[in-house]
Amino acid sequence: MSSKRSLRRQFLKNGAALAGFAAGAISSPASKLFAADTPSADLHAYGGRSRFENDVRIGSLAMWPIVPGARRDYGFRSPLQDSMGIITPASLHFIISHGHEPPDIDPREHRLMIHGMVDRPLIFTLDEIRRLPAVSRLHFLECHGNSAAAGPTGEPRKALAATVQDTHGLTSCSVWTGVPLSLLLGQVGVQKGASWIVAEGSETGKHTKSIPLEKALDDCLIVYGQNGEALRPEQGYPLRLLVPGWQGINNVKWLRRIYVVDQPYMAMMESTKYPSPRLDGKSRWFESEMGPKSVITRPSGGQQLGARGFYEITGLAWSGGGAVRRVEVSADGGRTWKDAQLQQPIAAKAHTRFGLAWTWNGEEAVLESRCTDDQGHVQPTLSELTKFWGIDADYYRLPPTSADMGNFNAIQPWKVSRDGSVSNALL
Amino acid sequence: MRYFRFWPALAVISVAACTTAFPQAPNYGNLGRTPSKEEIQAWNQSIGPEGKELPPGSGTAKQGEEIFANKCAACHGPAGEGSQLAPRLVGGRGALNTPTPSRTLANYWPFATTIWDYINRAMPPKQEGSLSASDIFALTAFILYRNDLIPEGQVIDATSLPKVKMPNRDGFIPQRLEDIHDLRARGCGAGHCP
Repeated sequence: MSSKRSLRRQFLKNGAALAGFAAGAISSPASKLFAADTPSADLHAYGGRSRFENDVRIGSLAMWPIVPGARRDYGFRSPLQDSMGIITPASLHFIISHGHEPPDIDPREHRLMIHGMVDRPLIFTLDEIRRLPAVSRLHFLECHGNSAAAGPTGEPRKALAATVQDTHGLTSCSVWTGVPLSLLLGQVGVQKGASWIVAEGSETGKHTKSIPLEKALDDCLIVYGQNGEALRPEQGYPLRLLVPGWQGINNVKWLRRIYVVDQPYMAMMESTKYPSPRLDGKSRWFESEMGPKSVITRPSGGQQLGARGFYEITGLAWSGGGAVRRVEVSADGGRTWKDAQLQQPIAAKAHTRFGLAWTWNGEEAVLESRCTDDQGHVQPTLSELTKFWGIDADYYRLPPTSADMGNFNAIQPWKVSRDGSVSNALL
Repeated sequence: MRYFRFWPALAVISVAACTTAFPQAPNYGNLGRTPSKEEIQAWNQSIGPEGKELPPGSGTAKQGEEIFANKCAACHGPAGEGSQLAPRLVGGRGALNTPTPSRTLANYWPFATTIWDYINRAMPPKQEGSLSASDIFALTAFILYRNDLIPEGQVIDATSLPKVKMPNRDGFIPQRLEDIHDLRARGCGAGHCP
């Protein structure tokens, strides 16, 4: 937090200096053709953004304590409305850490221990992990409560005035650099009968998550890099687990320990907070994979169209099951659909950017997008999803205490009114 | 590579892993060091549903009452009823087959071992690790007793805690722990499970 404040001070300082520079240069027309050099060396040493760009994450650290009048939210949401391409800057990546602040970890002191049902338990330094053959992979990371209209993340997304940051801001996408977990498990030698791993973080509270060994050996990564630099503290510096395509809770930050075991360990979050209740009183647990999802980021809730005419409808699509194969867009509330263009690169379990040319005729329109992944799975409508769950849409109009069903991936409608305003039309 | 031999379902993955992660079964030399038994024990805070890792020590509800008053009541309320600072730990029993099920500890949590594990790793905030094993057994006993899940005099320790059956233990799909890992066998697909 203090680094954020100092960055802000730096911007204010730079901004004031730039303003002074411009005021002194009014008499010189050349200064309007050639922008003044940034007078501060700070931005040369480590870049920041223009003082005219001011998107930030919004939200709160957790549901507890309940602060009267404060936004009741779970985590900090990423400003998707102004996202470009498919990479989320690390500084805008969504945050969920169950109320815990990022620990201040000295990488020279940090250790990863792998033990349990293994032949050779080992403790690795960060330096040793960085000496191993590295891979870089493009993957989205999404909270299982993202875009859900009930539960702890549901209230901000339900409002008519909700933006795409409110509705879908708990997903982000990065280039992650690290070592395949299978490589490290190969070094310790997993024993007969092992079937799960338990990953543990270093924060206060030491979040733990059980993950099937099959997934651990498939495509999980031990990550130290994000978008070309070291992980940010709030993203798990100096080491985190990445479990591609699966619920965000699996991606343990500040990773310090992997315990190889023969059953799920039923840590607090996975056994009591993340199961999704059904109406018959039973709960689904360890749902794991995130389904195909997409959302239009422009035009989206809270934005304002100007004159009628050409607009590109653009947005993001992703699936925990694989690569995005197709995105369709409707401008009439789902009656007719057109194939959107998919921008390269298209990677498995990664955000994919889509776009479709659209001419707004000034009339009311309802914009929707629908994702199909390379497994052939299609993003459902709200009524298809609630039918699968045995509920009706009125369920989502209940108070925020209602049961939260994770992995909500219904099609998101945005309504464009005649005055050009765009609003949330999910419910 | 031993794990692949014992898990036929992994055969396909093993081929991919062998060609990418282990091109020539490389030996990365002496990277990593072997921890001592004491180091492993000190680091290993994970308590599974069978309670195998629970340490020595024990406690009763009566012992837990005083610790709760000193360490927990300020946030969770004097009787564990909850406050604006922390969730309720006592009560909230009721039917779960409603649109607004009560997901309290007594009404929803499937395993009593999770109570011990979570107190040990996370409570009280900013004083994590300050409670002894017996303190935590006593607090767990107090919470279980106040929820009418054990008799007042029952001693809670590594042997008795895993045997406490929580009311909602059978309320999860799939019920058997050994069935959870296989999403396909469970009929999960497109991000949803039945």
